[in-house]
Amino acid sequence: MRHSRTLAGAVYAAPVALFVLVFFVAPLLLVGRMSASDWPLLAGDLGVNFPANYASIGDNPLFWPAVGFTLKYTGIVVVILVGLSLGLALLVSGTRKGTGLLRTAYFLPTTLGLASASLLFFGFYSPAIGPLDPILQGLGITDEPISWLGTPNMALLSTVVLIVWKFAGFFMIILLVGLQSIPPDVYEAARLDGANRLQAFAHITLPLLRPALGLVLILSVTGSLLAFDQFFILTKGGPDNSTVTVVQLIYREAFQRFDLGAAAAVSVLVLAALLVVNIAQFRALRRDR
Amino acid sequence: MTRRGIWGTTSYYVLGGGLAALFLFPLIWTGYASVAPHGSTNQQDGFGLGNYATLLEYDSGLLRYLWNSAYVSVLTVAFTLLLSCLGGYAFARFKFPGRDTLFLLTIAILMVPYSTLLIPLYTQLGDIGLRNSLFGLALVLTLYQLPFAVFMMRISFEAVPKEIEESAMVDGCGSLRVLTRIMLFAVWPGLITVGLFSFLAAWNDFIAPLILVSDADKAVLPVAIANLRQQSMGAVDFGATQAGVVVMALPCLVLFALLQRHYVRGFMSGAVKG
Repeated sequence: MRHSRTLAGAVYAAPVALFVLVFFVAPLLLVGRMSASDWPLLAGDLGVNFPANYASIGDNPLFWPAVGFTLKYTGIVVVILVGLSLGLALLVSGTRKGTGLLRTAYFLPTTLGLASASLLFFGFYSPAIGPLDPILQGLGITDEPISWLGTPNMALLSTVVLIVWKFAGFFMIILLVGLQSIPPDVYEAARLDGANRLQAFAHITLPLLRPALGLVLILSVTGSLLAFDQFFILTKGGPDNSTVTVVQLIYREAFQRFDLGAAAAVSVLVLAALLVVNIAQFRALRRDR
Repeated sequence: MTRRGIWGTTSYYVLGGGLAALFLFPLIWTGYASVAPHGSTNQQDGFGLGNYATLLEYDSGLLRYLWNSAYVSVLTVAFTLLLSCLGGYAFARFKFPGRDTLFLLTIAILMVPYSTLLIPLYTQLGDIGLRNSLFGLALVLTLYQLPFAVFMMRISFEAVPKEIEESAMVDGCGSLRVLTRIMLFAVWPGLITVGLFSFLAAWNDFIAPLILVSDADKAVLPVAIANLRQQSMGAVDFGATQAGVVVMALPCLVLFALLQRHYVRGFMSGAVKG
């Protein structure tokens, strides 16, 4: 009986095992091999050339700017997203009338795909049909149309607005679930001890919200470091390659310069960097918990 | 109500309502822009569906792209449900060699960037004749759903009281009959959540179809609309682009309206993970 249950369990798990082996473990091994090989897109594997692909990463004039831009973008997005989603969660955590409607309003952009949202803002920021310039000019705030994607700083800022709009509601819900798991009597006890609302927030809400905040942090850092859709669609990496992210660089190496070996080498670096970042975040969040 | 209370309530609604307006504005605008008249689009005079008409006839036609997207999404949901249901059952109720390793390996998919796997998968799918194939694309999209789906189905199966299946076993049911006759009905909320999330992920994915599928008539909606934006005789057709955004967004909004509770369950399991 026990024997047959072991067998049955293995049989039920077999499809997942096979799938993970073929579509996860095998590509992971292959990307390692590719990164150590001369591997043009069309010609295929031309043999080992280690460490040429890694050595030439730094020669790509776009590499360091892409790394710098990706880090800068991640820093800005994470600070704004975590701050705003926490503010929204606090705003709608109460039981006032209409709170449910507000939650839905903040969450609705999350239901769109990232590519759809990027295409939406592509029109939204366009001088041709975008609504922003007519509104700003109508109110007398500006005299001339603003070039929302025209300069490196505006392109970055406009993309940050898109991402914050798209994801704030998503992170708000995660934090809301965290807020609601804090028992109300903890606040009651603090109030009886004479704590004001600010003290209660700093000494009760923030520490108890830590797991949810940690999840929001890890998801927003990972998502921003791997940014692709929004820049591919909205800014196309421009102006003057000022908004090329690391993942876009991988795409360009592979499908515009047709060098899978070089693309694989950058991919392996990104994987290693992401592992380091996530392990560091886990460590920091687990400490003195 | 005290004066202070009134002031607090008013500022709450002004702030909350103002923010709500900011969040809703782009959504309302895209719906408006897709039907509003504009000189540079195919909706020249008055409100109408000219932009949608452009979309219907664009290249391989909107219906073709809708079909491609629906086909890929439904396949992805089917694969994800099948794999995560069997896997979740195995992880939750059976002991077998390699069980914990396999579970960890499945969760580890989350740690590997999409792009890191897409480069080798591009070559691998080519070797087995599944590149430039919507079937192959659905398999790759399934891979990215597995960590969440297997985790979700494992905790769903674990939450079912053991007594139910034990009594069925005493009655002579095998484990497969227990799964199909009893367990599936107990874990259906988990199945709906997994199905919903995998559908939305597949429907909205951009980078995997961009890399893995190159034929224009096999493009999925997001890729087709992004191409449309670049191709119409040098000038961008913004009207048709916004009509495309509306077409892509509508199924997502409808699913959200119908399945709100299942959305939140997915996030809650995420919060537990953290």
